[in-house]
Amino acid sequence: MTTAPATKSVGSRIGSLFSRAEIAAPADIESAALRSDRFRLEREGDWRRLEEIVVRMEKGGVRKISDEDLLALPTLYRTAASSLSVARETSLDAATLGYLESLVQRAWFQVYGPRKGLFGWLREFFLGGWSRAVREIWLDVCIALFVMVSGAIVGWLLVAQDTDWYYRLMPAGLAGGRVPGASRETLMETLQVEESSGGLSAFAAYLFSNNAGVCILAFALGFAFGIPSLLLLIHNMAMLGAIVWLFAGQDLGWEFGAWLSVHGTTELFGILLAGAAGLHIGRSMAFPGERSILDAASQAGRRSAVVMVGVVLMMVVAALLEAFPRQLVAGTGSRYMIGGMFLTFWLAYFYLYQPAPVDEDAE
Amino acid sequence: MSARADRTGAANKRQRTLITPEGLSVPITIASRGSRFGALVLDWLIIILGMLMIRWLINFIGGGVLDEAAGAAEEAVSGAGEFLFVVQVIVLFLAWYGYFLVQELGPRGATLGKRAVGIRVAARGGGRLPPEAIIARNLLRDIEMFFPLVFVLVALIVSAVGEDTGNMIWAAIVWLLIFALFPFFNKDALRAGDVIAGTWVVEAPRTKLAEALSTQGAAAKGSSAVTGVRYDFGDEELSVYGEHELQTLERMLRDAQPEALSAVHATICNKIGWDPGAGDERAFLEAFYAQLRAKLEGDMRFGKRKADKFSDAS
Repeated sequence: MTTAPATKSVGSRIGSLFSRAEIAAPADIESAALRSDRFRLEREGDWRRLEEIVVRMEKGGVRKISDEDLLALPTLYRTAASSLSVARETSLDAATLGYLESLVQRAWFQVYGPRKGLFGWLREFFLGGWSRAVREIWLDVCIALFVMVSGAIVGWLLVAQDTDWYYRLMPAGLAGGRVPGASRETLMETLQVEESSGGLSAFAAYLFSNNAGVCILAFALGFAFGIPSLLLLIHNMAMLGAIVWLFAGQDLGWEFGAWLSVHGTTELFGILLAGAAGLHIGRSMAFPGERSILDAASQAGRRSAVVMVGVVLMMVVAALLEAFPRQLVAGTGSRYMIGGMFLTFWLAYFYLYQPAPVDEDAE
Repeated sequence: MSARADRTGAANKRQRTLITPEGLSVPITIASRGSRFGALVLDWLIIILGMLMIRWLINFIGGGVLDEAAGAAEEAVSGAGEFLFVVQVIVLFLAWYGYFLVQELGPRGATLGKRAVGIRVAARGGGRLPPEAIIARNLLRDIEMFFPLVFVLVALIVSAVGEDTGNMIWAAIVWLLIFALFPFFNKDALRAGDVIAGTWVVEAPRTKLAEALSTQGAAAKGSSAVTGVRYDFGDEELSVYGEHELQTLERMLRDAQPEALSAVHATICNKIGWDPGAGDERAFLEAFYAQLRAKLEGDMRFGKRKADKFSDAS
């Protein structure tokens, strides 16, 4: 009681700056006139230690924390949480209550934080997570597939009836020399290989960023009950149907198929999955069943997000295929072989590769 | 419910309680829409500035080859220029999606902009925050804000050139408004991405532990250091005020503005019928605070709470 409390508390504050592990009990507990302040001063050391561990975890993850601190964390968290509930009933010190609430919340986020990092998540993703998510949305994949096939047929039929439709379906920039009435030679030329690989990787990068954007759009539009996603699929496939009609008219259908299949099997599969993922969200929001709409949407959204990470990767593969092998490999047979191989690979990976789920975050 | 003196009505509406697996209730506050918008603007500024810097750096290294590559992607360009173009496209893509993903997946659950305004992403209802949720909420950001904004800009530019844009600009504006106003139509201020991902954005206060008031000055000793006077208040005088006034007084004592303190001093003296002197306001208030708190906390232990000066202890 003889020492001035102010100087003492400054001393303890400086002390806590320098000493990490041991934080001395601050001020003299006896000097506090109030019971609730004595309660606080007795436990303050634990709170500060918890805060210090939490700050370090927020800064650099778990790796920088010593084993001793990591073991103490759950206990300290529970201590702070029970201090909070006692303080709420016994103390009117707003500053302490505010501090405890923020401390408990921050500690809670760390104690119940994400258990695996990005790297661990990716491992789980490749070793089963991705293919499982794709299998889980099988119904939406079927619907999207049906829509895409009918879109292509519709595109074909429309153009076959009236050539004007071709110009309506195809943006002028994309068509190039591929217009109705073009000679067989012109069309053949568009299927030829490039002489060198110059400029192709830039082309690939451009294609990827473009296609990935379209896929993300197809997914995100699922939010409007999936209908815009389906429209996007129909539009894209109607364009495809129109081009197929064009080439088939000049007896180049088989060659065009080869040209397309190199990257198309991967790209169209990716677009199919993106559309299905969007549809999955839309469908579960429209028909949530027993769950609340918000629960249904978030379950579907998380599942679809896994599919979408895969779709972006497929778009990388497709862009590489589109830029290099398609422009460099000439033979119809070898083009079909590359495309077929990739299709087989994707199908096998998604539907035959079924490792047991690592069920570590059952919530 | 404890009286939260410093919270206004609007903030109370945003209070939620998480029940942890141990059965403890952790209070959280939903982030305000304004602070979320501020965070988004900050993040976009950071990304755009970062991209400009990278662009400048690439230009600095590559000189003119980049423009050549961009202009003539189909033709044969030098290998270096092409490489730089590829790097640029990939960097742009990664910066756009990776910036939010990597930071929100980290232990803070917040981007730089969110950290600056003191908010973070959390799982709705208080579960773990899985990476899928972060991915889902960020994939939707593009259609919510970015695409319609670009559409509006493009439409404006096209119409400025003099071409007819038809209804495109209105469609884009309606699209933008639907998503931009989405958070205003639900109580948790969820945007579309939050709905899909099962997340919400909450305040992440980082409060420092303040000094205990009752260990200092007249609150501890009961007498003034300046004049040596002992301030003792009777039960009658202390029962004028409640918890709200106590916590207001606490805030004033911590922030310690001498003029404000003397005003409070005068008000309290007036209220309890003392003659307000001058020169020793702080000691008076410290003593009053400590005794009022002792009384209110004593009542609290017997289950009597007095929220503010208007309410009877109940």
